[in-house]
Amino acid sequence: MSALAKIRETFRRDQVFDFVNKQDYSRVDTSHGQILYVEDVSVSFDGFKAINELNFYIEVGELRCMIGPNGAGKTTMMDIITGKTRPDQGSVWFGQNINLLKMTEPEIAQAGVGRKFQKPTVFEHHDIFENLEMAMAGNKGVWSTFRARLSSEQHDQIASVMEIIGLSDCAKQRAGALSHGQKQWLEIGMLLMQNPKLLLVDEPVAGMTHQEMDKTGELLTSLAGEHSVVVVEHDMDFVRSIAKKVSVLHQGSILAEGSMDEVQNNQRVIEVYLGE
Amino acid sequence: MFYMLKGDRGGQALLLLLSIAVVLVPVLNLVVPEGHALHVSTFTVTLLGKYLAFALLAVAVDLVWGYMGILSLGHGAFFALGGYAMGMYLMLQIGDRGVYGNPDLPDFMVFLNWQEVPWFWQGFDNFWFAMIMVALVPGLLAFVFGALAFRSRVTGVYLSIMTQALTYALMLAFFRNEMGFGGNNGLTDFKDILGFSLQSDSTRVALFIASAAALALGYLACRAIVVSRLGKVVVAIRDTEDRVRFIGYRVDHIKLAIFTFSAVLAGIAGALYVPQVGIINPGEFSPLRSIELVVWVAIGGRATLYGAVLGAFIVNYSKTYLTGAAPEVWLFALGALFVLVTLYLPNGLAGLSKKKEAAA
Repeated sequence: MSALAKIRETFRRDQVFDFVNKQDYSRVDTSHGQILYVEDVSVSFDGFKAINELNFYIEVGELRCMIGPNGAGKTTMMDIITGKTRPDQGSVWFGQNINLLKMTEPEIAQAGVGRKFQKPTVFEHHDIFENLEMAMAGNKGVWSTFRARLSSEQHDQIASVMEIIGLSDCAKQRAGALSHGQKQWLEIGMLLMQNPKLLLVDEPVAGMTHQEMDKTGELLTSLAGEHSVVVVEHDMDFVRSIAKKVSVLHQGSILAEGSMDEVQNNQRVIEVYLGE
Repeated sequence: MFYMLKGDRGGQALLLLLSIAVVLVPVLNLVVPEGHALHVSTFTVTLLGKYLAFALLAVAVDLVWGYMGILSLGHGAFFALGGYAMGMYLMLQIGDRGVYGNPDLPDFMVFLNWQEVPWFWQGFDNFWFAMIMVALVPGLLAFVFGALAFRSRVTGVYLSIMTQALTYALMLAFFRNEMGFGGNNGLTDFKDILGFSLQSDSTRVALFIASAAALALGYLACRAIVVSRLGKVVVAIRDTEDRVRFIGYRVDHIKLAIFTFSAVLAGIAGALYVPQVGIINPGEFSPLRSIELVVWVAIGGRATLYGAVLGAFIVNYSKTYLTGAAPEVWLFALGALFVLVTLYLPNGLAGLSKKKEAAA
C-alpha cells in the first residue's frame, strides 16, 4: 500500500479511527450463519501469485475439506487466516465483527481460531498433560501465566480432552516420545484446549496407518458441529470418508466446490487434478 | 513457602550449603584467631563473596539461555552496568580522602580538569538511589534492547551477535574519558560503604553474607519462574516458538519479561562484585568476559540453575588457582575444559547426577 493510500485509509470518512472503536475479540458474531469470510484475497511472493482472488465461506459447525495439488496455496491460505502472512488485498473476517487482517497471531488464536501445522508440532520436552495445560484457554499475559494454578475443573477439562484424543493412559509421558500419529492427535487436543470456534487442520493424516486414519476421521467428524473445521488434505480416500463439502484449490483460487461426487465429476477438476 | 524447591535436589543442596556458609564463614573468620588451623582469612572470604556474585550472574544467564534458548553474549554488560552504579556511589563516598583531596570531585574528574560533577552523577551519593539504579539501568537497557529485538523476531545467531555488539559498543564508550566514568582506569580507590570501611574484616564478611543472600533469593526467584506455567511456556518457546504463538501467547512479551528480569539479576551481581574486588573498569564489558560466563553455564549444565552455580564456582576457582600457579596455562585450560565438557558432558556437570538417577 502506498503512503497516500495508507493516509486515505486512515482518514476514511465513513468510519471512526481504530483506537476509538476497538475491536471486541471476545465475542464472535455469527448470526448470519457464517463463521469465516475470505473475500477477494490475493498474495504474491516475488511475483508468484500464491493466492489469487480467493473467495470462500465457512458455515458454523461445518466440516470442510480443502484439496488441491501441491503449490495450490493451501498452506498459504492458512497462514493468512492465522495472521502469519499478510495478503496484498482482500478481506478475511471471523464472524461478522472480527477483522483478522488487523490482528497478530496470538490475538487470532485468543479470538478462537486454532491451527494444526502440517508437521506435527508439540512441545517435545513436556509431558502430554503439560502440553494441554499450556494450550488451555484463559488469560495468557506474562503475569497471569506466572501466577496460574490449575483448578479442579481445569483438571477435568484436560482429562476430558485426553479422553477425546485417546491419550488418557499416558498423561505423564514426554510428548517427544510419542508416535507420529499420537503427536498429531496431541496437537489436535491442544487446539481443543483453546476452545476454538474454528479449527484449521493441515494434513492431519500424513504418515498415518489406516487404523490411525480411521480414528482421526472419527475424531474430526465428532468435532464438527460444536466447532467449525477446515481440513486440508492430500489423501483422497480420507477426504471421501469424512467430507460433506469439498473445495478444490488450484493456483490460488477455488476451482470447484460441492460434494465429493460433484467435485469428482467436474470436468475442470478432472483436467487439473483428479484425472488423467 | 519453598514450594519451588520441591524435587530440585541440586537447589536444596545449594541452599543448605549457602546457609551453612553464612554461619560458618563469619565465625571462622572473626571468632577463630588468626594462625589457628581453622581460621579463614579475609582474603578467602572476599574470594568466596566474589564467586557468589559470579554464581548469581551465571544463574541469570542460565535462565535466558538454558531455559529460553537465547544465547546472550552480552550479559557481562548488564553485570558491568550494575557494577558501575555501585562504583559511582562508592566513588562519591571517598570525599576528600582521594589523592587530590578534593571534597566534591572524584580524582579522575580533578585530573581531567572538570569543575563539577556531571548531571548523571547526581543522586549517586545516596545509597538507596544508587541501589535503585543498580537494578534500573541494566533493566532499562535490556528492556529497550529486547523490545526492539524480540518485536522484530530476531533470533538465534543474529541475536547473539547483536548482544555481543551491544557489550562491545558499551566497552568502547566507557573507555572514553569524556563519558565521565573514569575511562580506561574505571572507578577504584573506594574507601567505605554506608560508613563502614571496606578494608575491615567485618565489612568483608557482611558483603559475603549479602552476596550469599542475593544468590539464594535470586535462585529461588528463578526457580519460582521455572516451575510455574510461565516457566513451561518459556521452555516451549525455546523448543517450538511458532506453536507457542499459535496457541495464543505473546512470545515477544514473555521473552522481554524474562530477559529484563535476568538483566536485573546480572546488575545486582555486578553491584555485589564491585565493593569486594575494589574496582570496576571497562574491561568488564569486553565480549570475552561475556563469553566466559556462557562457558561457566555450559560447564555446569544448562537449564538446571544449580548447575550454573556449580560451573561458576569450578571455573572461577580453577582460574584463581591457575592464574596464580601457572598464568600462561589458564586460557588453554579454559579452552580444554570447554571442549571436553561439550564433547563428553553435553549436559554439563549437572548432567552427571541426572545420568546416575536415570540409570538407577
